[in-house]
Amino acid sequence: MLVQERYREFDPAEVRAVAMELKGLEGPLLPILHALVDRFGHVDRRAVPIVAEVLNLSRADVHGVVTFYHDFRQEPAGRHVIKLCQAEACQSMGSDRVLAALETALGIRMGETSPDGRVTLEPVYCLGLCASAPSAMLDGELHARLDPVNVLALAQEVAA
Amino acid sequence: MSRVRVFIPQDAAALAVGAGQVVARIRAEALTRGLDIEIVRNGSRGMLWLEPLVEVELPQGRVGYGPMTAAEIPSLFDAGFLQGGSHPRGIGLVADHPWLTCQQRLTFARCGLTAPLSLDDYRAHGGLAGLAKALQMAPAAIIEEVTRSGLRGRGGAGFPTGIKWRTAAQTEADQRYIVCNADEGDSGTFADRMIMEGDPYLLIEGMVIAGLAVGATKGFVYIRSEYPHAFKTFVEAIRIAEAAGILGDDILGSGRVFHLEARLGAGAYICGEETSLLDSLEGKRGTVRKKPPLPAIQGLFGRPTIINNVLSLTAVPTILAMGGDFYQEFGMGRSRGTMPIQLAGNIKHGGLIERAFGLTLGELVEDLGGGTRTGRPIRAVQVGGPLGAYWPTSLFDTPFDYEAFAARGGMIGHGGIVVFDDTVDLAKQARFALEFCAIESCGKCTPCRIGSTRGVEVMDRILAGQDVVHQINLLQDLAEVMRDGSLCALGGLTPMPVMSALTHFPEDFDRAQSAQAAE
Ligand SMILES: Cc1cc2nc3c(=O)[nH]c(=O)nc-3n(C[C@H](O)[C@H](O)[C@H](O)COP(=O)(O)O)c2cc1C
Ligand code: SF4
Ligand code: FES
Repeated sequence: MLVQERYREFDPAEVRAVAMELKGLEGPLLPILHALVDRFGHVDRRAVPIVAEVLNLSRADVHGVVTFYHDFRQEPAGRHVIKLCQAEACQSMGSDRVLAALETALGIRMGETSPDGRVTLEPVYCLGLCASAPSAMLDGELHARLDPVNVLALAQEVAA
Repeated sequence: MSRVRVFIPQDAAALAVGAGQVVARIRAEALTRGLDIEIVRNGSRGMLWLEPLVEVELPQGRVGYGPMTAAEIPSLFDAGFLQGGSHPRGIGLVADHPWLTCQQRLTFARCGLTAPLSLDDYRAHGGLAGLAKALQMAPAAIIEEVTRSGLRGRGGAGFPTGIKWRTAAQTEADQRYIVCNADEGDSGTFADRMIMEGDPYLLIEGMVIAGLAVGATKGFVYIRSEYPHAFKTFVEAIRIAEAAGILGDDILGSGRVFHLEARLGAGAYICGEETSLLDSLEGKRGTVRKKPPLPAIQGLFGRPTIINNVLSLTAVPTILAMGGDFYQEFGMGRSRGTMPIQLAGNIKHGGLIERAFGLTLGELVEDLGGGTRTGRPIRAVQVGGPLGAYWPTSLFDTPFDYEAFAARGGMIGHGGIVVFDDTVDLAKQARFALEFCAIESCGKCTPCRIGSTRGVEVMDRILAGQDVVHQINLLQDLAEVMRDGSLCALGGLTPMPVMSALTHFPEDFDRAQSAQAAE
């Protein structure tokens, strides 16, 4: 599967359908926003009023929730996303050196997306792999016991 | 030859180091060699430095090999591992491994032994015994049993679980909720993740018992989104438990009702704080609520709500099955029962140890953990997550116990221990603690929101060797303001790692000297 094809184009009818489908849950907003990210890769600005209307909330309410949580990105990410753990257990095993090696290999800094839209590099604070640090997640797949050398395999994977 | 069973964990920590490739290679190799094997994907035993750990079931018990790589699998077959043959990666009978024989596993008794989603396995290894008992008991008697066990919340604050349950049960309401806090945001912790991936029915059983005890018919498990594997396993476990009548409108034919839903967090550390978590479940920004009212009186959607950590709820089935007295015989002082302790970071033998409270910090990281993975001397350990204190080796005689840790200016929190070798810079760690607070603050109170940002600036000047004495005074004042003026423990406890670093490792803050020396 090509990663580019993972996400669908923004479609107001589809946003509404997603919101309608989950509306019956107790506290439906987070599940709806997760479903939108799963489908479209991000929460498009244009989705906010639709979700607000379905849930009978104000746009400001929905917008406030979208912006509060790290997971609900408002811009599309790169075609691949690498989340590198930056928390203490990974620090103790040299996550800073792993980060430096990865930044050099990808030609971008932490928090950036490559200009060709190929990859986004983001921090994450703990993946629960703290006994096998440092760790990372590439497109949902976990990698642990990283070092400045073996992390280059991740860079190669996103280059392919 | 009869079919041999081979166990390879499905745990995220095993997958992250190639368990999937090991499985594929074992399958392929068995096929080529015409050997009939059955592969079982179990949970992890918690010996994470040995993952991927391959186990073969033999008449004398399960024989283990680890850590394995896919490339080494042919040599494992050549060595006759299906008959327990010797191989450089062999560790012998897994159950006899000193890491496991020294433990007192109550909560993690099944984890790693069974196929996590097999209800037959769960029942065959003692599962549902606690629920069966609870169904025969009056709600007040269940609460009494939990109170008698001495169980205190394993999420960090150590509040007595029985008292919390009684409060919710005694509050009049048309609906009550059980909420499980599976946000496990602390670095150095993974016990919640391991039990949800390795023995998910245990958490379901604990939550159903909690529901029976307080008269709640609905529960939520709030799982952090950084744990997609745990979430997937748990959703599947709920589906199977519903089909088997462990959840639903007629629990095990008793006519009692309990429904359970798994919900995904969205990448905010503060949503581990209980009131913020409740707001998040309701579909709001995860900001912290003022207490009172306590969640047990006015929680989710304004109803009485029990909110407990995964490890608190998964201790409950054992307490019901074996009795509160049995459970409270483990431990020391006011810390009763067992605690799943997680050894993490720069440690040779990292993983999960469940033991009665009372082992010392030194016994844990040096004797059991085997010192650092890099082989250098230990310089500091951080206990209890990002809000926990940094400890020097001179305090390694501190027993693992809520009160003993508090008495020395720290906390055990969720039981995570992160080890650092002598290359660590405690001033940088102090800066990180403040930076983390600034990133994750919910923004409600100034000392936390602004104080943490100021703190980062102060630390930057200290790290640069500028005006150090004055900056350290500022840091101390700032810490006091944050500690006394914050609504919750994110702002209130961030001073703990910062001040413990300064107290125990002042030489790392003394940059002026090193700056001068460099001139
Ligand atoms: C900033 C912050 C983060 C927290 N994170 C968690 C967490 O990830 N998991 C957890 O169980 N408790 C966490 N807590 C503690 C909860 O507020 C609460 O005490 C706990 O869920 C109660 O359950 P227990 O009594 O079973 O421990 C956190 C508290 C604070 C202040
Ligand atoms: S201390 Fe920080 S995280 Fe806690 S309520 Fe105040 S601003 Fe929010
Ligand atoms: S700190 Fe990196 S995985 Fe936990």
